[in-house]
Amino acid sequence: MEIVDILISASFWAAVIRIATPLILATMGELICERAGVLNLGIEGIMVAGAFAGWMAVYSGTGLWMGVAVAMVVGMLFGLLHAALTVPFGLSQHVVGLGVTLLATSSTYFAYRLALPQVTSPPKIAAFQAYEIPILSDIPVLGQALFSQTPFTYLAFALVAATGIMLYRTPLGLAVRAAGESPAAVAAQGLSVTGIRMGAVIVGSGFMAMGGAFLTMSAFDSFFFEMVNGRGWVAIALVVFGSWKPGKALLGAVLFAGFDALQIRVQQTSLGADIPYQIFLMTPYILSIVALILVSRRAQVPAALMIPFNKGER
Amino acid sequence: MRDTADVVLRLDAITKRFGKLIANDAISLSLRRGEVVALLGENGAGKTTLMNILFGQYTADSGTVEVFGRVLPPGNSRAALDAGVGMVHQHFTLADNMTVKENISLGAQPLFALSMKNSEITKKIKKISDDFNLKVDLEARVANLTVGERQRVEILKALYRDVKILILDEPTAVLTPQETDDLFATLRLAIANGLSIVFISHKLHEVMAISDRVSVLRHGKLVAEVDTADTDKEALATLMMGTGAVAPDIAVATPGRDLFSIKNVSTPNIGSIPGLKRVSLNLKAGQIVGLAGVSGNGQAALADLVAGLCTPAEGTIEHHGDPVKNWSARDAVNKGIARIPEDRHKTGTIADFSLTENAILECYNSDDFSKSGWMYWKKARAFAVDIIDKYDVRCPGPDTRIRLLSGGNMQKLILGRVLEAAPDIVLANQPVRGLDIGAVNYVHSQLLAARDRGAAVLLISEDLDEIMRLSDVIHVISGGRLSPEFLRGTKSPSELGGWMAGQGFDEQVTHAS
Amino acid sequence: MRLEPIANPSFARSVVPPALAIAATVVIASLLAMIAGADPFAVLGLIIKGAFGTKFALLETLNRATPLIFTGLAVAVAFRARFWNIGAEAQLYAGALVTVVLGTGALPWPGFALIPTLALGAVLAGALVLLVPAILKTRFGVDEVVTTLLLNFIFLLFISMLLEGPLKDPMGMGWPKSARLIADARLPRMFEGLRLHWGFGLAILCAVAVWVIQTRSTLGYEMRAVGLNRAAAAFAGIPVNRVLVKTALLSGGLAALAGFSEVAGLKGSLTLDLSPGFGYTGIIVAMLALLNPLGVIVTAMFVAGIFVGADSMSRAAAVPTYLADMMLATALLLMVLAIMLTRFRVRRE
Repeated sequence: MEIVDILISASFWAAVIRIATPLILATMGELICERAGVLNLGIEGIMVAGAFAGWMAVYSGTGLWMGVAVAMVVGMLFGLLHAALTVPFGLSQHVVGLGVTLLATSSTYFAYRLALPQVTSPPKIAAFQAYEIPILSDIPVLGQALFSQTPFTYLAFALVAATGIMLYRTPLGLAVRAAGESPAAVAAQGLSVTGIRMGAVIVGSGFMAMGGAFLTMSAFDSFFFEMVNGRGWVAIALVVFGSWKPGKALLGAVLFAGFDALQIRVQQTSLGADIPYQIFLMTPYILSIVALILVSRRAQVPAALMIPFNKGER
Repeated sequence: MRDTADVVLRLDAITKRFGKLIANDAISLSLRRGEVVALLGENGAGKTTLMNILFGQYTADSGTVEVFGRVLPPGNSRAALDAGVGMVHQHFTLADNMTVKENISLGAQPLFALSMKNSEITKKIKKISDDFNLKVDLEARVANLTVGERQRVEILKALYRDVKILILDEPTAVLTPQETDDLFATLRLAIANGLSIVFISHKLHEVMAISDRVSVLRHGKLVAEVDTADTDKEALATLMMGTGAVAPDIAVATPGRDLFSIKNVSTPNIGSIPGLKRVSLNLKAGQIVGLAGVSGNGQAALADLVAGLCTPAEGTIEHHGDPVKNWSARDAVNKGIARIPEDRHKTGTIADFSLTENAILECYNSDDFSKSGWMYWKKARAFAVDIIDKYDVRCPGPDTRIRLLSGGNMQKLILGRVLEAAPDIVLANQPVRGLDIGAVNYVHSQLLAARDRGAAVLLISEDLDEIMRLSDVIHVISGGRLSPEFLRGTKSPSELGGWMAGQGFDEQVTHAS
Repeated sequence: MRLEPIANPSFARSVVPPALAIAATVVIASLLAMIAGADPFAVLGLIIKGAFGTKFALLETLNRATPLIFTGLAVAVAFRARFWNIGAEAQLYAGALVTVVLGTGALPWPGFALIPTLALGAVLAGALVLLVPAILKTRFGVDEVVTTLLLNFIFLLFISMLLEGPLKDPMGMGWPKSARLIADARLPRMFEGLRLHWGFGLAILCAVAVWVIQTRSTLGYEMRAVGLNRAAAAFAGIPVNRVLVKTALLSGGLAALAGFSEVAGLKGSLTLDLSPGFGYTGIIVAMLALLNPLGVIVTAMFVAGIFVGADSMSRAAAVPTYLADMMLATALLLMVLAIMLTRFRVRRE
């Protein structure tokens, strides 16, 4: 009964969307990279860097949107590093990705310690506030859930639409998809596979960093170590779950956030009192693995994912 | 003298070296409006290198490329395309998981245009396909097309970009004789529409049929330029091959008992590639069975079956008359099947393994090379040295990574690996693809030697000429179905072409019932 | 730009790029020290001194290197077969878990029987943990990168649950901490009077054993073949999936020994901060060693030295210890690039 009460409450669905937002941004970022043929395991570290950069910018006095832009640029710089090593040089995307995650995470912590040497609890910023979209937010339940979010969340949803349109309705998107399917076909048209792939990784990494920034600038108002907590890896699972399609990936992220929000609430019910809280915390990760098992058989993987392209070699 | 103002493409003294090898030695070539020039030469003669230079994939060491009187900047892939030159590569450059329309429109619009002009694109493709008789479903995924249809997409792709000069690299290698006729009809329409064509091939009768002039390349040198009307096949053959290379003589075979039989075997379809449909086939001692067909018609399934990579979903296989129960790649090796794989780079060898490690790939766990889990590297190395000597593998030594060898030498190592134990069944899947004439003759003579000492050989090839020359018995595979056996010389190329296109199978079924 | 394989790399070709990578790492670390407002030479000096300068420092470094040798070997074995085990962290905790479950009194045996049992139990547990992703990969085609990564989070929560529940030390003053091992379960010191336990000796032994397996055994040959070209290995009749599962068992077992050795040799009990990311650092150790098991011994000491040195440096100079992680991440990225450049020529075309 308690679970039914939770499921019909508007605040639950508002929380679902809030939890889903960083995953949506990160998943879109990874999706763009993978569609162009590059697996970006730098995602976890890039999210950490984005979370810190955006928050730090605002803490230093810039506006909120400027903070988002700063986070994005920092993410794109790490994306550039990843792309420069994996695309023209064709280095192992696994190793470089993990290296970028380590570098981004450690340099974030290094910068944090330098910027705030003596603090024990990190300072707070004035984060994004909810903006109720007129009329739409008056719809019962749905209005509260979807249209009373912060502008950052609206941006995330807009970016999903933009990604979908870009991939399926523009010549650029066609080239990006072709780079992930058959780089030789792209090169035969005199287009630069290197340029397209690097561009996709850089832009995708910018999205990932925004996903991180959402945590410090909208979901919370402060920066903690370990706050990304595996969300990047979950996003990689969501890309697979969404069959590399933006709409399905969005759906996956919301579904995942739904389970996450549900476990938080069930923990507080009488049912949750008897079960160790760790079990609840595990469920999102276990669900990610289950999702991968479910879709793995029929997943339509980009044919050239993780395969470097060396011009003139067949 | 014809008017030189009509020249649309001119290659002037192109030279390209790769280390010590001179791939192109001061080659000059010109193409006039409305003409077909054939570029004739064996594999390895330098044809592909020359075209890669034209398309900016390589930069020439010296020499220039001129299109419509303007010199192209070297090393710029876009320049040739922008100047109106289109190329249909031997290996198609299509994205399999995308639609025909997507493949054609890729790169045809500025990359940062805000939207695709979908209806305009469709209209233009439709018009071209009507004008040039190139029928293909625009919304179909390329993966679901036949090889012939894919080639039509490649040609459409070029024509869509309003090319004035079309370059076709071995376009008929993958076609049935009938599809080749259709292609030639399209090319004649293109000429009538003012295009000019470079036709790269090593097939003499096709060169005679379609071209106005022939330029012959041999070992990186331009050895002759002749008007087609003034020459014949024999003269061209001598020019192309020189006098040194002699194809092996083929004596008549005396077949023995069944060594390997496939009985009523079916396998599942994989994607758009058909599986086998109740196929029966006998491999007899001392006989070469040729399997002809257009690629993607079930050859891979049949090859995998013989090689032990797949088991029949229905039907049985017999080895020396005994039904086979357990069937895996290792079982196949242990039963003495020599397997020459279709792709020596992807499945035949491990590029970063040494020659020694590659030589023992199939037999490392035999008693010769290991015992209770421990390797005898000395014996393995001696085995590799032995193969290198016997099969004339040109290499620095057995510890060299095989990546650094030429295709021909790689294939010789594979031959040595599988033939050294004198196996009585040989599966040769596209054994000479991409090899130069010397290596081709070597491989063929080894297959014939295996046959003559009593082995059963299954030769799978897309090259009908090769099949007809070597095989004692020919089967055609189409859509996963196998034709009856045809003895050497009983069917003409066009009759076999009919079977390759799927004709004749239905009558056969009616016969049987 | 095009990459061209080099037939016979010259001596300079194979030495200069890696040397440059190391030099560049040092330069970058110096710049970071300067950004932090410290004298770069002083900082580097402090790191080296803190890692290798005194007997105490050296022993500390060797102790820190011990788990890194195990996790580095685990990664080296797996990556060689191109099985991406990023879950050494979870396998490490699995090994530690078995060690405390059996070593805190459940088996009241003498040391010569108990210690090998604990080690064996740890190996089995670690192997079992990695068996799950291995089977998901070979049976269902699920990518092992994501599953092993996510299993780290799951397993750490599982340990946390046990430490707050059944494994909680009643004497632990409420801290999530296991009971202490019995004396017979503790690894003895290698040398009288030196603070270095036999875990280090076991690590060296394992490195040699792995090296022998990789170069001399059929399994090693199979693992390398599977790693370099799965399709060719399958065609040749190598049982690819079986090799992958064997690789996973070996890799998981090695990583678990890190947990066993940390608990039985150093800490004596299990806490949630047993590993400061040894599983992940193992990737750096293995890559810097070019996946060579004997090289892992050297690079583990190098990596451990940087960590230990940075700890001691940050106490003396006001530079955050995260400098160590940044140096290692930089070294990793530059080194993979450098190794590529020893084997390929970059052509502008």
